[in-house]
Amino acid sequence: MIKVNDNCEEILQSSVFNLNSRVIVRKNERGPKEVLCQKCGSKKASVHLTKISDGIKLEMYICENCARENGELDFTMEDKFPLCQFFSSMMGLGAPESDSVLLPAANREAQCSTCGLTYSQFGQIGRFGCARCYVSFGKDILPLFRRLHGNQRHMGKIPARAGAQLKFKQKLEHLKLELQKKVVGEEFEEAAQLRDKIRGLEKELAAGGEKDVCT
Amino acid sequence: MSVPEGERNRQEQEQGEEVFSVNVNAETKAENTAAQALNSTGQQCLQQQNEQPDEKKRLQEITCKWMKGRGPEEEIVISSRIRLARNVNGLPFPPLASDAQREKMLALVHSVLQKQSERFMEMRLIHMGGLSSVCRQVLVEKHLISPLQMKECHAGAVILRSDEVISIMVNEEDHLRIQCLLPGLQLERGWQEASRYDDYLEQSLDYAFHEELGYLTTCPTNVGTGLRASVMLYLSALALTGQLSHFLTAVNQVGLVVRGIYGEGSEMVGGLCQISNQITLGHSEEEIWQNLYNVIRQLINQEKKARQQLLNQQREKLADRAGRAYGILKHARLLDSKEAMQLISDVRLGVDLGLLRQVPLEILNELLTLISPGCLQYLKGRNLSPYELNLERAVRVNQCLP
Repeated sequence: MIKVNDNCEEILQSSVFNLNSRVIVRKNERGPKEVLCQKCGSKKASVHLTKISDGIKLEMYICENCARENGELDFTMEDKFPLCQFFSSMMGLGAPESDSVLLPAANREAQCSTCGLTYSQFGQIGRFGCARCYVSFGKDILPLFRRLHGNQRHMGKIPARAGAQLKFKQKLEHLKLELQKKVVGEEFEEAAQLRDKIRGLEKELAAGGEKDVCT
Repeated sequence: MSVPEGERNRQEQEQGEEVFSVNVNAETKAENTAAQALNSTGQQCLQQQNEQPDEKKRLQEITCKWMKGRGPEEEIVISSRIRLARNVNGLPFPPLASDAQREKMLALVHSVLQKQSERFMEMRLIHMGGLSSVCRQVLVEKHLISPLQMKECHAGAVILRSDEVISIMVNEEDHLRIQCLLPGLQLERGWQEASRYDDYLEQSLDYAFHEELGYLTTCPTNVGTGLRASVMLYLSALALTGQLSHFLTAVNQVGLVVRGIYGEGSEMVGGLCQISNQITLGHSEEEIWQNLYNVIRQLINQEKKARQQLLNQQREKLADRAGRAYGILKHARLLDSKEAMQLISDVRLGVDLGLLRQVPLEILNELLTLISPGCLQYLKGRNLSPYELNLERAVRVNQCLP
């Protein structure tokens, strides 16, 4: 079935390497010499199609219309943006040329105890299988978050169930950041006030640490 | 546009089906058994209606109800959207879940709706399996569900508030995706509304939450707040004056993403684009939407400046462009979607600068949905070939314009 969307032209202009259908489509860059479409023979060929099936390579120069009508071209969105490939390379998986390998090879087969997803599978699909995966892959995935978000600590909303204690900790975290800013800005008076506030909160946390404040 | 018109090939026509009357709100639902709600096709939950809805009713159904409202900066900003991704503990995330597990998730949501029926009073639950592909496409074009939700529909559902401002997708990439869609630039209100529904759901559901990493999501790009704030806006004058790419590059540098209006991979036409945050971890929700808000404010100012500049220097040229665009829209017999989008953008600019007789913004906004393939096919009541779509599009646009 042909599935060519409106963006076809855009895709055709750049090189697309579609692994699934084993079809390589390139913009025809044969220089100034014009080539006519090998299918319809009337329009100018603007697509260089290379098809590899059963080890046999077939090359064709065709026009955009014929390319659209060619049943084997399948330009889905997924093909255009291989997000998971980025993850793999960010995680040091499947990117042999990269010297930024983050993981020792042994960890590649870490597996989630709940859903069974392995770490290398995660690298391939770029999706977690369940909430437990985050714990199962443990520290290994933290660099990925740093690379994606520049951060690895949540600073936003906390569900009421997770407890007020967490909110408390987060508030402390915020205050500490604030303190750093004041110190850098040499606003020592405010910094001292913040420091006292932080100390107070820390004492409170230690004292009421065990108290469950989920309401 | 990323909604492929070629897609229609695969759409089976399901005659006599009336999907938008699937008014299974919390009250009527309470009478249905959970087993019925779980029926994977959702057919049993549909209120059977054999009559074909009349033309007027169909038109009402495809118009975005939220667009009727007005919002700040509405000349430039079409809509603001907040989306929260949430998952529950104890079930695999939808992409890896079995059919039974996806059904279990849907049952969970169903029980929440029943438990808190007074809070979800104005909501109706629509099963994806009970909708024809054209109807699902209409929901995508109205930005109420995602293209993914359209494709993979086992035990997929959307909970819609009657004004369509709130929509909650069930079993999409994440267990739940809570969305608030408002006209104009209203990110703060959007966040408050979405967060309110998030709170309601959380009272009855055990969310997957991690002390360090926040809300756990299927895709690592959403982890933390699970928040995606996005604004759809017209930067027509910046596009006309060739400054758009310059500004958008700058926008990319501050951690925001620019896309066409149908999401990833869709094209930008007539300066119509969608800007959203990329980073979800390490900043509070307020910081995230505030950051986007500030950038959008600046873009609005630049756009206004560019509009004024155009008006001062090339008034006649601009009026001519808008007038021609109006003429084509009003009298063309064949319109493809890209051309229509560009022309709507040109008319809009002319109207906004007072160069063209008044066409209500509401109509111009409505046109954006009306010209999409799903809506045209829904209105026509059958599948259309690309050529027929262009014909139908022209007819609809002609009728719609004053």
